[in-house]
Amino acid sequence: MSFAWAKPYEPKTQLGHWIDQRLPLPRMIYGAVGGGYPVPRNLNYAWNFGVLAGVFLMIQIVTGIVLAMWYNSGIETAFASTEHIMRDVNAGWFLRYAHANGASFFFIVVYIHIFRGLFYGSYKAPRELVWMLGLVVYLLMMATAFMGYVLPWGQMSYWGAQVITGFFSAFPVVGEPLRVWLLGGYAPDQAALTRFFSLHYLMPFVIAGVVILKTWALHIPGSSNPTGVDVKTEKDTLPFHPFYTAKDGWFVLAFLMVYVAVTFFLPNALGHPDNYIEANPLATPAHIVPEWYFWPFYAILRAFTVDFILPAKLWGVLAMFASILLLFFLPWLDRSPVRSGHYRPLFKVFFMIFIADIILLGICGVMPAEQPWVFLSQIGTLYYFAHFLIILPLISKLEKPLPLPDSISKSVLHGEEAESAPYGLAKA
Amino acid sequence: MATVEQPDPLLKEDNAGDGNDGVRRRDFLDIAAVSFGVVGVGAVAFPLVNQMAPPADVMALASIEVDLTNIAEGQAIKASWRKQPVFIRNLTQAEIDEANAVDVSGLRDKESLAERTKEGKANWLVTMGVCTHLGCVPTGVVTGENKGDYNGYFCPCHGSHYDTAGRIRKGPAPTNLVVPEFEFLDDSTIRIG
Repeated sequence: MSFAWAKPYEPKTQLGHWIDQRLPLPRMIYGAVGGGYPVPRNLNYAWNFGVLAGVFLMIQIVTGIVLAMWYNSGIETAFASTEHIMRDVNAGWFLRYAHANGASFFFIVVYIHIFRGLFYGSYKAPRELVWMLGLVVYLLMMATAFMGYVLPWGQMSYWGAQVITGFFSAFPVVGEPLRVWLLGGYAPDQAALTRFFSLHYLMPFVIAGVVILKTWALHIPGSSNPTGVDVKTEKDTLPFHPFYTAKDGWFVLAFLMVYVAVTFFLPNALGHPDNYIEANPLATPAHIVPEWYFWPFYAILRAFTVDFILPAKLWGVLAMFASILLLFFLPWLDRSPVRSGHYRPLFKVFFMIFIADIILLGICGVMPAEQPWVFLSQIGTLYYFAHFLIILPLISKLEKPLPLPDSISKSVLHGEEAESAPYGLAKA
Repeated sequence: MATVEQPDPLLKEDNAGDGNDGVRRRDFLDIAAVSFGVVGVGAVAFPLVNQMAPPADVMALASIEVDLTNIAEGQAIKASWRKQPVFIRNLTQAEIDEANAVDVSGLRDKESLAERTKEGKANWLVTMGVCTHLGCVPTGVVTGENKGDYNGYFCPCHGSHYDTAGRIRKGPAPTNLVVPEFEFLDDSTIRIG
């Protein structure tokens, strides 16, 4: 579906007609990312990160497939085969660094994408399912990234697998059997490594499937925009191609420049040096930290230090899962009818505090579990939940939003009717 | 991708006039952009394709040294080079004479023994142990194995017979057993590859 003024697909050649009657794939592409998909004309650069996330998914799949041609998932050979890739395979160092840093940049892009959605109220009606499918992608990404990190079978790989699967043993009665079932043993071993490799290969394709569903769901109402005001007339939109293909295209190139610069010049800056030590089941590294994109959640996990009815460990695990599951309810926790934070003075302030809170949790997550970090992570965790469960419902009631513009085009052109016609048309 | 566009009458640069040959600035930009993109895609595609070639550790095994001191006259050994068998045979004078007595012009793959061995070392026949028909390993290295009708090697898969110079004489194989690149480091050592 699209707006009434969306340009219909017209095949230009005989062959185009012939194909269109049999497999209207070009028609679908034209309507999805071509001239037949009208997009609000006022999108800012925060809207570029969805396409970019798709680009990084493709980069990860392509580099991952070629790495799998050389990687060996035996516990005796995994570490050596990773080093073999780095040292002997043609451009293997490039492929592995591109894949490892690609994961980090994928998360950078997705985090910007999520915070864009949080600030501009992209999760509100009618786009709740787009938001939820996005959270599903995020959860799948976390699982994929964790399992991928285990594959080189370095010290951090091994002990990361030990700690993360240890979460599940926190659940009473079923916990320990569940953990043993997940690992296929009592500690990470051959069975765990082989299944992680299998699932690490599978999940990106599951992610790709959910991304297709998400894009489908997004294209029903179309993209939101910085004003949060619905599209009303043709003046409010531009065709996706060439306007947004050009904008996304140049931005993808610019962002990839940063990514390749890190890949080439700082390839290990985001990794942990202990993972260049082969896994040793008998010696734990001094302190185990996950990759940076998990730090805030790691802080929430470790914030619970007191047994209260349930053991502290279980509270930590429940809170960590809850911190993400909570986001599924966000469309109903934030009751404000105004989508964009741009017109919500109170929300804007608390949004900034929320960002600071995430950064605080991130710092606590990388620091050792000692004072003052434990106390700060407790404060940060408390505030995280308060933000969604108390502050957001309250400010949607108390706040007086700024007046919204009549339309997207009015907001862009300050009501100057003559200028508001799409480019290249009326000169009136 | 570049799209073909209709000239816009309002755009001066699109008007082919006053000595303009009808090439628009947009055409140049399209070609330049696509060329730039093709180069970029190629630069990324190359390592992705090239990674499938043999890695450095395989290439490092691309040459082996073989000690010949324990190969008595009339004996042969199998060495392994690039994961393929290499036959190294110390020919007797009788076998050399037998090979030289053959009229080269009547052979399927016209090579003399001298062309297939090193000068002054005609008794050392070094060939790949890979039948040129479909890649089986011929017999005749180990004493007592079938040497074929020409007293050289015999491929049991489809009945190719090779003579004492490793040349195809009968059967389906199209060419003689391949002589790999090798050199004598001294009188009793060769390096293959």
